[in-house]
Amino acid sequence: MAETAAEEQMQDGSRRRFAPTQPAPRHDVERRGARVERVAKRFKVTDVNLFYGDFHAVKDVTMTVEPNQVTALIGSSGCGKTTMLRALNRMHELTPGARVKGEIALDEHDIYAPDVDPVEVRRLVGMVFQAPNPFPTMSIYENVAAGLTLNQRGIPRSQKDEIVERSLRGAHLWEEVKDRLDRRGSSLSGGQQQRLCIARAIAVEPEVLLMDEPCSALDPIATLAIEDLIEDLKRRYTIVIVTHNMQQAARVSDTTAFFNLEATGKPGHLVEMGPTEKIFTTPGKKETEDYVSGRFG
Amino acid sequence: MEAHTETTRQAGRLLAGATGGRRRRGDQIFSNATVIAAVTVLAILAGVAVFLIIKSVPAITANPAELPQGKTLIDYIAPLAFGTVLAAAVAVVVAVPLAVAVALFISHIAPRRLALTLAYVVDLLAAIPSIVYGLWGIFVLGPAMVPILDWLAAHLGFIPFFAGPASVTGRTMLTAGIVLAVMILPIISAVAREVFSQAPRNLEEGALALGATRWEMIRMVVLPFGRSAVVSGSMLGLGRALGETMAVTIILSVSGIVSFNLISEQNPTPIAANIALNFPESSGVQVNALIASGLVLFGITLVVNMIARLIISRANKDTE
Amino acid sequence: MNRTPDENPAAAFDPVEPISPIGGPTVASGTLPRWFLPAVVAGSALVAVAILLAAGSFTIVVLLLLTAVIALPTAYIWSRIAEGRRQAMDRLATLAIGTAFGLALVPLVSLLYEVIKRGVARFDGSFFTESSRGVIGAGGGAEHAIVGTLVITGLATLIAVPIGIMAAIYLNEYGTGRLRKALTFFVDVMTGIPSIVAGLFAYALFAVFLGPGIRLGIIGSVALTVLMIPIVIRSAEEILKIVPDDLREAAYALGTPKWKVVARIVLPTALAGLVTGVMLAVARVIGETAPLLVTTGVIDSVNTDPLSGRMQNLAVYAYTEYKDPGVNVQAGYDKAWAAALTLLVLVMGLSLFARWVYRRFGTDLR
Repeated sequence: MAETAAEEQMQDGSRRRFAPTQPAPRHDVERRGARVERVAKRFKVTDVNLFYGDFHAVKDVTMTVEPNQVTALIGSSGCGKTTMLRALNRMHELTPGARVKGEIALDEHDIYAPDVDPVEVRRLVGMVFQAPNPFPTMSIYENVAAGLTLNQRGIPRSQKDEIVERSLRGAHLWEEVKDRLDRRGSSLSGGQQQRLCIARAIAVEPEVLLMDEPCSALDPIATLAIEDLIEDLKRRYTIVIVTHNMQQAARVSDTTAFFNLEATGKPGHLVEMGPTEKIFTTPGKKETEDYVSGRFG
Repeated sequence: MEAHTETTRQAGRLLAGATGGRRRRGDQIFSNATVIAAVTVLAILAGVAVFLIIKSVPAITANPAELPQGKTLIDYIAPLAFGTVLAAAVAVVVAVPLAVAVALFISHIAPRRLALTLAYVVDLLAAIPSIVYGLWGIFVLGPAMVPILDWLAAHLGFIPFFAGPASVTGRTMLTAGIVLAVMILPIISAVAREVFSQAPRNLEEGALALGATRWEMIRMVVLPFGRSAVVSGSMLGLGRALGETMAVTIILSVSGIVSFNLISEQNPTPIAANIALNFPESSGVQVNALIASGLVLFGITLVVNMIARLIISRANKDTE
Repeated sequence: MNRTPDENPAAAFDPVEPISPIGGPTVASGTLPRWFLPAVVAGSALVAVAILLAAGSFTIVVLLLLTAVIALPTAYIWSRIAEGRRQAMDRLATLAIGTAFGLALVPLVSLLYEVIKRGVARFDGSFFTESSRGVIGAGGGAEHAIVGTLVITGLATLIAVPIGIMAAIYLNEYGTGRLRKALTFFVDVMTGIPSIVAGLFAYALFAVFLGPGIRLGIIGSVALTVLMIPIVIRSAEEILKIVPDDLREAAYALGTPKWKVVARIVLPTALAGLVTGVMLAVARVIGETAPLLVTTGVIDSVNTDPLSGRMQNLAVYAYTEYKDPGVNVQAGYDKAWAAALTLLVLVMGLSLFARWVYRRFGTDLR
């Protein structure tokens, strides 16, 4: 399956690069009316401004992330899309001096309310990072179970086994590692490590999965494997993915949000957001059209 | 499925503020523990000064007749301080040029594959306990120095440092100074080597591209770049030499005098050696006097070390 | 070569003689063969050997000095004639720096040689199994000193390591503001405390509470703790800094509270490095004499209780055997040298072992 997809990519990719007017979704049936296995949560972002100390990084963002869909945040480097992503699971505030203004609500509950524990938020909103980062001292099994063992004690071994297997299957990694669960996480290839990190993230049953350029450190075959996985994952989770690769956004996402800087030194802002097909074929703003057709960025 | 439903319910409850926003207990305890450790460390440092002062006071207020040698405290400590500084000065004068040469050799001249091993070997010098240096100094280096001391007295005796008569045992300030130099050489060399290896490659290559020889390149680029590092490294070495005890105690034959003669049998007594020699047998106010001299030593090394660190941090700021 | 690129396309790539703005030879590496310097050194050594044999007195050190005295001017003059002034300076400088390096190695080699030669005499079983109890001449051993070393250093490590590592965690993971700046600065200052001052402090501390003249093992441990803490903090801090941030982020993103991120992810990843740092700190204090002279005293039988009675470590033992060798002076000196050799083996062994641990187990950090 992955190979045919790769060929398709090579055939279509060069054709599509500067003429994204005909994005060809690979999985027509599932994109429209995706089969939902579990209703996940919706993010409502209202008038959010993000700061690093005095530096205004992201300005006045209002958007909605629909459940059981893949929302892509695209834009050139430094326009604030990763900052925005990290605000969704309260990782932004871990940077000294970082501040958040505005409201971000997960199914009607503002995650920045004063009585909300950020650690709990991060359990509900999982994250996968750009470079795979399995814990080096742990085996594959322990890595997947890390979220559980770190946060809850005394889970019986059988239950852990079940969760580990379920997560690895969910990450499309089970068949490849089921015979070497006690080997180090670092003994896997890059693509496998990233799927391991995804398994680790979904083992704690989050509602939302945030992905920060999850394929940028991977080769094209591994990338496609992850993209296939994302298609599968959205049946159970809401997914927000940051990517600088427009073809990937076009392939994988249902909704796309385009971020941009007004000018150098100015904060990033949300230019336009809408169904992926529309953004890539008939965007409303000229800025968006310039970006998706490759005139800048 | 059930786990998921449970999480959702739990999440809803939590986000609805049912548990309140108090900082997690585990975080609080752990964070406090680290702060306590940090404060303890500072308290220990302060405590060193405080307790030394407490135990020095009786000597400060005592009658000179009760103090060692019947002098006032200042008259007692001053010659000791002189001894400390003289020994350290000899050490630094000998060590710095050698340390710079060693650092240059390892960073620029030795074959790359050897360089790491050589650096490790030089650092080995720093690991050797000072008592071992002391035994080596008195049994090996001292006797070996005697012909050199004779030669110095005979040919350079007009310089106050080498006025005779040369010691027959080799237990002189010069010998002690050389042993101290060997002990502090690794410190100075390590600091210098660190910086020499970081000399900007583009400047080095620029000099070589102009047709400069390697030595000219070192003189033009590496040495000026490393100047403040050599200074601060030397001060660190100086600090170490000031506080060094056992090697000096064993090697030096002390007489408590004040003299610049480096090759004779009569030598000034450094503070640390004085304490090591007299503390075990002292009692009463004499002990307090020794502690007072230790306080003075602490003060001197503190000042030297702080100046060295300030030079380093200023140099780091310049290169940022 | 003077044709323009139009006439001769290859001319664009013909090398042109570079003009040296400094003057003198343009080829900086000189014209003498690569083995010139080693050959000069070898030749000078032969000449020096001949001179010394003829003069009748032959010592290694004088041989090396004489070789240097002969080689340096020879290299300079020869190179000056054959290559020019600048080359000659370069050769001279290289030789001089090499000589200085060799000079710096001489004490190390001499020391290792002498300690081994003189320490082997008593480096036997009885040295390690007998104490000095009742011994005034030959015989007896350092058992009490070895036990003392283990107890005093072990206790010091037990106190210094938790404090040091927690303080390093503070600096790297939690610290902010003035406390952090003060701690960073003063830890560096603390590394410069003379060891005897640390001993006096420990003495003074206990004297205030227990009265003067007390000698106990634990006082020595406190003195060694003061010396160990800055070393532990500095090396632990370096190691913690190397732990990649994205591991911490991954743990946070799973919903892990900060203290667990530190305790269950950061520390285990840094473990090999931390162990290495502790071992190096132990190697530093295990051979300390001065602070123990003033705190734990001298004793000739085995004492394992740090809270009662005097105690002695190997370094102090070496010192007292040298200072008061007893009836048989040479035997006393032999014991001192054996103790010195033991210390050397201990310290070198610890340092090497520490670095091996880091290389073998520190892969998590790279």
